[in-house]
Amino acid sequence: MSLWKIAWRSIQQRGLSSFLTGLSMALGVALVAIVLVIHGVVSRSFSEAAQGYNLIVGAKGGKLQLVLNTVFHLSQPIENIPYSYYEELIPGEGAHKGGKLSRGVEVAIPFCLGDSFDEFRVVATTPEFFEKLSYGSYGERYKCAQGRFFKGQPWKEWYTAVVGSVAARQANMKLGQKFPITHGLPHNVNAHAHDEVQFEVVGILEPTGTPNDRAIFVNMEGFFKIPDHAKPVPKGDAHAGHDHDKDHDAHGAADKQEPAAAHDHDKHAEPDKHEDHDKVGHGKDAHDADKHDAHDKHDAHDKHDAAAMPPGDSPAAKTAPSDANKHAEPDKVHDADHEAGHDTGPEAGHHHDHHEKVDLDEPLPENQREVTAVLVLMKENTEGLTYSQVLVRDINKGNVAQAVFPTKEVTDLMQGMVGNLRLILLVLAVLVVVVAGIGVMVSIYNSMSDRGREIAIMRSLGASRGTVMTVVLLESILLSLLGGVAGVVAAHGLIGALEPWIVGQTGVSVGMFQFEMTELILIPGLIGLAALVGYLPALTAYRTDVAKALSASH
Amino acid sequence: MLLVRDIRKSYREPDGAVLPILDVPHFSVAVGEQMVLMGRSGSGKTTLLHILAGLSQPDAGSVEIDGLDITQLPEAGRDRFRAAKIGYVFQTFNLLPGFSALENVLLGMTFCGRKPDAQRAKDLLGRVGLANRMAHKPHMLSVGEQQRVAVARAMANKPRLLLADEPTANIDAHHQQIVVDLLRDTCRSEGVALVLVTHVDDVAGQFDRVEKLEELNRTVSGG
Ligand SMILES: Nc1ncnc2c1ncn2[C@@H]1O[C@H](COP(=O)(O)OP(=O)(O)O)[C@@H](O)[C@H]1O
Ligand SMILES: [Mg+2]
Repeated sequence: MSLWKIAWRSIQQRGLSSFLTGLSMALGVALVAIVLVIHGVVSRSFSEAAQGYNLIVGAKGGKLQLVLNTVFHLSQPIENIPYSYYEELIPGEGAHKGGKLSRGVEVAIPFCLGDSFDEFRVVATTPEFFEKLSYGSYGERYKCAQGRFFKGQPWKEWYTAVVGSVAARQANMKLGQKFPITHGLPHNVNAHAHDEVQFEVVGILEPTGTPNDRAIFVNMEGFFKIPDHAKPVPKGDAHAGHDHDKDHDAHGAADKQEPAAAHDHDKHAEPDKHEDHDKVGHGKDAHDADKHDAHDKHDAHDKHDAAAMPPGDSPAAKTAPSDANKHAEPDKVHDADHEAGHDTGPEAGHHHDHHEKVDLDEPLPENQREVTAVLVLMKENTEGLTYSQVLVRDINKGNVAQAVFPTKEVTDLMQGMVGNLRLILLVLAVLVVVVAGIGVMVSIYNSMSDRGREIAIMRSLGASRGTVMTVVLLESILLSLLGGVAGVVAAHGLIGALEPWIVGQTGVSVGMFQFEMTELILIPGLIGLAALVGYLPALTAYRTDVAKALSASH
Repeated sequence: MLLVRDIRKSYREPDGAVLPILDVPHFSVAVGEQMVLMGRSGSGKTTLLHILAGLSQPDAGSVEIDGLDITQLPEAGRDRFRAAKIGYVFQTFNLLPGFSALENVLLGMTFCGRKPDAQRAKDLLGRVGLANRMAHKPHMLSVGEQQRVAVARAMANKPRLLLADEPTANIDAHHQQIVVDLLRDTCRSEGVALVLVTHVDDVAGQFDRVEKLEELNRTVSGG
């Protein structure tokens, strides 16, 4: 008969006491396991969410904020960057391709953010997002559970949407459903819907376990056609990024950050930055002083631009003025003061009746476009590797945009914030385990006073002091490990039971059988703890005087 | 096979006074011999048996079993020796409460380092008439049955010497005779020497050799 069995019998012998101490151990271990598993899943899904591309380029501002609103669909979008800046990142050859920033770039995907439908954020992007980018650490491809991705053409495709799995379920969206999107983030009181342009659901994504499950993707071309989204072109300057800031504020969308506008002012005032900006090729600076100085030049530039554009996507005369009209709407008059001095359109402030009309089959002219962020996937070769660093440096040196490595930001976030949270939770959970361990000690120690006889019997059968001591230690280890196993099983059972709820709430899938390597530390940890708490009662067993123990019960 | 020479044992009382219990110049038992040890309560019979089993050390003297002086062994050595060579039956509560009858017998085989022989354990239980009680826990057995399990367990490792300390004191006359017969029969069939402590003259009368501790012991203050 093994010593384990002897120890186990002794545990059985003290049924209720063993059960209760085992239970408290199970609770403590379950807490530890839950903290480990949840943290593991959360941090993995956090870092997985940031996989699939290398860089995010967006307006200057908080790095973390850029990552939060691009990757996690959280926080407020910072500001927009000019469309032409995005175009600089597009690799390849041809019109608007192979720009100065495109070296080593595999693909650049634009994101327009700031709108919502129901509870969910709308991400306006191009079909390339699904076709060219992967997600997760294994490079999985986006797939549709129902329907298909949207396409670039024909124009009817511009008004289609692909919905993330969680968003589709919770907002009860079905294929073929048409919906308007709201300018502003969910729960924003200032948000207002645009009924003029509606999007049709053509696809519902398979669950990805990333925050994209909670997003609604619409075709960027259609998104641009929503009246508020066209950037006004007061002076015909397609690159007046600064003007845009003002414009946006005036539109009353409190969803954009104001400080960034002020921030931009500073940047613009720096002479060296200023130079860079021009170098990068984004046309004239929108600095107020400049504007006044160069007023005439603006006009010239405008004509030049218009002439240079291919007829197809030029900001044709018919679109630009109609936009200028919109711009002077009474509720947006705010802008008018600012713009008045520069506005070249004599029609400004008239023809309100044009406002509702949207030429759905016409793309928005480029000079009225802007994007919130660009996801950049670098080439998987040394060029891509080298230029990702160069690109980040160059972009951050300029005063238009910033570039961040999302995985690095996410890792830093996990370390800085969630890491500490885990530590605190772990310390608490470990304390519960330690208290349970003390419970094991008390339980066994109390039993020792009744067990002098049993120990004496074993000694009379030839068991040594070391053997009876070992039996007591094994008892402690067995009780702790059994409690621990029960705790791990309970923890995973609980996680499994709550899985649908967790997935529904977070889009993060936590499997019942999702074990963490860190859980393995529980085994030596528990054995060590059990040996420690078992030591005192084991020592009592060791010291038992057989002759006394035998005569005591006579 | 057992030769005790000049052992002395005294206990220190709580007030510090030394209380001499045993002073036995000579005591021996032959191989396979069966004998009864009698004596007043408190005369030191149990103390002597503990010393013979190596459970406690005499203050002086030697205890030779099969030519080996166990008083010279370290404690762990005496434990091993006891596991292999000595069977012990107490007056009561011989069995570990958490273990079945069969497990109690197997437990007797656990500490001598050999692989427990389940077949022998079952045979022994059959010989003491408990073939149909093997899975019973001690609390489901009568005191007489418990003592029979204790006898089977004491024989588990084929010891050279069986020490029985008033094994029949707590059972009725009928079962007392059964237990005594079992002890004698199993010891005889396995060639085990038996030292049986009892107060009962009827029991002592069945043995060829009966020793009174008071006659072996030079200490008179005992008890
Ligand atoms: N551990 C001990 N400490 C002190 N005195 C003891 C101890 N064990 C036994 N005694 C004393 O030794 C004497 C002999 O006891 P014991 O050997 O049990 O006698 P018996 O078995 O003959 O009744 C008794 O007076 C008893 O009180
Ligand atoms: Mg006694």
